Amino acid sequence: MTMKLLNSAKNILSFSQLKLVMLLLFAIPSAHADWQLNMREGVTEISRTIYSLHMTIFWICVVIAAVVFGIMLYSVIYHRKSRGAKVQNFHENVYVEIAWTVIPMVILIGMAAPATGTLKKMYDQSDSEIHIQVTGYQWKWRYQYLEQDVDFFSSLATPLAQINNQEPKTENYLLEVDNPLVLPIGKKVRFLITSNDVIHSWWVPDFAVKKDAIPGFINESWAIPAEIGIYRGQCAELCGKDHGFMPIVVEVKSQVDYEAWLAGQKLAQIEKAKSAEKRWTLDELMVTGKEVYTKSCAACHQASGEGIPGVFPALKGSSIVQGDPAAHISIVLSGKSGTAMQAFRDQLSAVELAAVITYERNAWGDALGDIISPSQIAKMKQ
Amino acid sequence: MTTGTEQVVEAEIETAEAGKNESFDGAIADTDKNESTTEHHHGPAKGISRWFFTTNHKDIGSMYLWFSLTMFMVGGCMALMIRTELFQPGLQFIQPDFFNQMTTMHGLIMVFGAVMPAFVGLANWMIPMMVGAPDMALPRLNNWSFWILPFAFSIMLMTLFMEGGGPNFGWTFYAPLSTTFAPPSVTYFIFAVHMMGISSIMGAINVIVTILNMRAPGMNMMKLPLFVWTWLITAFLLILVMPVLAGVVTMMLMDIHFGTSFFSAAGGGDPVLFQHIFWFFGHPEVYIMILPAFGIVSEIIPTFARKKLFGYSSMVYATSSIAFLSFIVWAHHMFTVGLPLAGELFFMFATMLIAVPTGVKVFNWVATMFRGSMTFETPMLFALAFVVLFSIGGFSGLMLAIAPADFQYHDTYFVVAHFHYVLVPGSIFSIMAATYYWLPKWTGNYYNEKMGKIHFWLSFIGINITFFPMHFVGLAGMPRRVPDYALQFADFNAVATVGAFLFGFSQLLFIYNVVCCIRKKNQASKQVWEGAHGLEWTLPSPAPYHSFTKPPKVD
Repeated sequence: MTMKLLNSAKNILSFSQLKLVMLLLFAIPSAHADWQLNMREGVTEISRTIYSLHMTIFWICVVIAAVVFGIMLYSVIYHRKSRGAKVQNFHENVYVEIAWTVIPMVILIGMAAPATGTLKKMYDQSDSEIHIQVTGYQWKWRYQYLEQDVDFFSSLATPLAQINNQEPKTENYLLEVDNPLVLPIGKKVRFLITSNDVIHSWWVPDFAVKKDAIPGFINESWAIPAEIGIYRGQCAELCGKDHGFMPIVVEVKSQVDYEAWLAGQKLAQIEKAKSAEKRWTLDELMVTGKEVYTKSCAACHQASGEGIPGVFPALKGSSIVQGDPAAHISIVLSGKSGTAMQAFRDQLSAVELAAVITYERNAWGDALGDIISPSQIAKMKQ
Repeated sequence: MTTGTEQVVEAEIETAEAGKNESFDGAIADTDKNESTTEHHHGPAKGISRWFFTTNHKDIGSMYLWFSLTMFMVGGCMALMIRTELFQPGLQFIQPDFFNQMTTMHGLIMVFGAVMPAFVGLANWMIPMMVGAPDMALPRLNNWSFWILPFAFSIMLMTLFMEGGGPNFGWTFYAPLSTTFAPPSVTYFIFAVHMMGISSIMGAINVIVTILNMRAPGMNMMKLPLFVWTWLITAFLLILVMPVLAGVVTMMLMDIHFGTSFFSAAGGGDPVLFQHIFWFFGHPEVYIMILPAFGIVSEIIPTFARKKLFGYSSMVYATSSIAFLSFIVWAHHMFTVGLPLAGELFFMFATMLIAVPTGVKVFNWVATMFRGSMTFETPMLFALAFVVLFSIGGFSGLMLAIAPADFQYHDTYFVVAHFHYVLVPGSIFSIMAATYYWLPKWTGNYYNEKMGKIHFWLSFIGINITFFPMHFVGLAGMPRRVPDYALQFADFNAVATVGAFLFGFSQLLFIYNVVCCIRKKNQASKQVWEGAHGLEWTLPSPAPYHSFTKPPKVD
């Protein structure tokens, strides 16, 4: 029977043709794809323990499945009417029933014990050396190093053209950010996770850290990264339109490199403050403004400024954009609570704010000719 | 305990008395007041008004089933849109906001529009026939509980065409995404959920009253067919949790329109409270969608194994314990919200415990097949696939119960794979098995067996190609509810999409088979299946309009 099938298959398709078809079928999506089947082991002690828990429970399930499905398959093959199987009328057996209640109980207890131990370890926040507040925003992350004066936002770096299939997708498509979180190797880092708007979830698979970022709550989690490298994760809780576009990238560096990076961050902040004092022309502001707009505003208000009717209001032709600059600045600085419109006061520098507001007031044919200067913003920020 | 026995005795006396009068006038008179009440063997009214005003359990059951099939196709089209977008990385077909509306609607429609009404439809058709009653106990309520549904779902589907679009916050509608951050159509969604809840509660009351009061003389509780037992327990779950759902959506309504802050931290509220309330409803809800399936499979396997169900009473106890446990495991959906350690441990242990009664059920089914004399007609094929594939869903459920590991599984495609394995080859396959199993009794005709088998194999292969790869992408790190994904997930997503289309389109075969079965005459016998036992098989095929006008005797 099988031979016959094989022969007929050969007649239809030669083996090389078949290979070609298979190749075509699986090669279409992308050249970078792989067939990863299992959980990553990760780079922390906890993530490795979790991986082994996962494998243990998996194999327990496989063994139980083999036994149960095996017996079932045996019955299906041998106890079928067409083979003349005669019914044996039994329908109760107290001993068997007790056995298959007690044995699973024992297996479960055996499984619960190591799980409890691991969970206890995961909840032990003591002796943390570095504290980082992680705040979820629609749709980016903010990292504040509590002992240092370092505070920045981290958002998707994949260009829109790749997402819209106008450019070929690069290796870390959707898993790359402008400013990654940087950690030193071998230190216990405690993450204090919260949110500014809706619930997000901060997930780095290689650390086995996944904690919901909930507005009004601060959740804790920790990791001791044991290997230098770049680790990528994503927001795990549906948080609105761009939930799929707020990745997390963590760079683990050596202690020396980490300290150098910290120093660099502080320097950059000083430079940022300096540039606010410079005199900016309309053209300069428009160029910077467009960049900022694309990164921080276009997700909702759209590149065209037309918004999405009923969800995100249009800026083009809006009374705020065409009206008093003070009101415009105020809503950008403070946001509108209970909506996706966040407060950009801390997210953007005075220059960026001035640029983006100038851009909004002059792009899309409104052309009010307004120039909002960084110093004006700085004044209103206070 | 005494009240329970008294009720049973009372019910028996009632049915016995009704038997003496040789008819159930009380139940029938409602259907047609104009006709003489002495004429008992009349058929349905003519024309469209038959369907609007019917109080007949078979008519209402059929309407539930057709409604469910319609919603299954609507929800299925949404699933195919989702899978089309996910066929390749990048945004090709739909935009993220509409994608979120599709995932939300797909979930809501499949849960509240396809699976639940299908089970209520089956309950309507089968419970009176299985307990030896002429109809459901509360026929007018029955009519109403059905007719709410088309309106509820019209309101819900209407939101897709409103400004701002339909609900886009997932079928679990976590606050505050579903409250202050939601599109304006959320108010319609809340109203629709209220209507569905009312419908479900009324349906459940009807089932309970029918089972407790209208059993044929001699049919005590431990002689009830398992489908009836599981539905009785399901109905209690419905009555207990639907008001909780109504409560939570009302709190949302207050937050949105009346300035309260139940779920808004800024006003002193608590977003996590939403999840506790939702899952207190939501976890029993998932058992509402599987317990009747257990009942169906427990009817079908003995029929085609030609052997009595192994461990009837342990099946009843296992179902009851699953129902009880369903109330104390809700926070296993919330392992990552930051529960205290003690909370995590309690919910982990309680969840793992569910594996015991569920295991008992699976072992009982396998023991029923063992040393039976099996044949493999379409209902049996679906039932066998149910046992295997539901168990796979159970195994992944057990893995998800391990709280530390859940930190890696939570909100990934592994979860999507898990609940689709218990819902599609679980609930949906059981509904299809039930349809094939009882279709000859309903229509009086045999369906096309060969086509049924082809439908089974296409569905079986289709769903495995769709959902099995989801385990892999989930473990590899793909979050759920994303319209686009990183390149390493591309291959398995493409495979899943192919499977989804195979599964989706093979359902057309099912519809064709059912329609042919209704139209073509291929007279079915009273017994239908060689090994079938139970009161429904003592009625002619098709079953008479008023089922048992004289209560049958049960030994």
